[in-house]
Amino acid sequence: MRFAVVVFPGSNCDRDMYHAAKDALGEEATLVWYQEESLAGYDAILIPGGFSYGDYLRCGAMASTSPIVRSLREEAENGTPILGVCNGFQILLEAGLLPGALLRNKQLKFLCHYETLIVQNNQTQFTSLYEENEAIQIPIAHGEGNYYCDDETLQQLKRNNQIVFTYQNNPNGSVSDIAGIINEQGNVLGMMPHPERATESILGSEDGLKLFKSMLVNWRDQYAKNA
Amino acid sequence: MINVNVHITLKEGVLDPEGKAIEGSLHNLGYEGIEDVRVGKLINLTFDNSDRIEEKVEEICRKLLANPVIENYTYTIEDGVAK
Repeated sequence: MRFAVVVFPGSNCDRDMYHAAKDALGEEATLVWYQEESLAGYDAILIPGGFSYGDYLRCGAMASTSPIVRSLREEAENGTPILGVCNGFQILLEAGLLPGALLRNKQLKFLCHYETLIVQNNQTQFTSLYEENEAIQIPIAHGEGNYYCDDETLQQLKRNNQIVFTYQNNPNGSVSDIAGIINEQGNVLGMMPHPERATESILGSEDGLKLFKSMLVNWRDQYAKNA
Repeated sequence: MINVNVHITLKEGVLDPEGKAIEGSLHNLGYEGIEDVRVGKLINLTFDNSDRIEEKVEEICRKLLANPVIENYTYTIEDGVAK
């Protein structure tokens, strides 16, 4: 399986993401610079965390206007699996590929620790190897991870089962304890916690590896179907 | 030269923790009667002509300067030519 890891100026979790796909999962991974124009030919696209463009204006706002994001939109429409983590989630929201926005944490602090997440939806290509309501340990590291959307959007997210991960103990004030959401089509997942930092026991948790393994299993199923 | 000032504020109902912190500090300093503090942004743009300027500013605000999910914007357009 070929993964693309998009690198923006200010990304700082790109190597972690690369390591997760290449070494922990054992698949192919390529770092793709944000000024490239095409993401065609990859089986999945990973948008890593960090501080793209120094978080100027709003987190992810500047990155969402870069050349690579035009191609990202096309791939999203084509059904290519796309995972955005932390700043990657912020970029997906700013690009309009997912609904809502992220605000500063309610206590105005940068939070960096493990959180317990609950897998609310295990019927996605990113979470199929988890049990429903499974509690997993995944680290967070963000200052602006307070998910916000209006009531109408929230009802829509609930109705369509688009809330994929919630926090057991909401650390940042997110609406409905939301930690990660998926688009209606089911191929774009955005989340604040970092599964790529929890892919080996030496890192403290392996709970994030199942997410990447789910992507791999589902890609293989699709591949076999289309073969 | 045309000066455009864009004011961006968080929508009503969107939590503004920075505003809340400032409100707390103002109370600490003994100021009373302050019901609410909201923090926003001011962005100044300078154009070299006024061609379709309102339309352009409106589009720029919507596309990049403000996030309509959480923010409102207003702007003023001033002709800076010395009279």
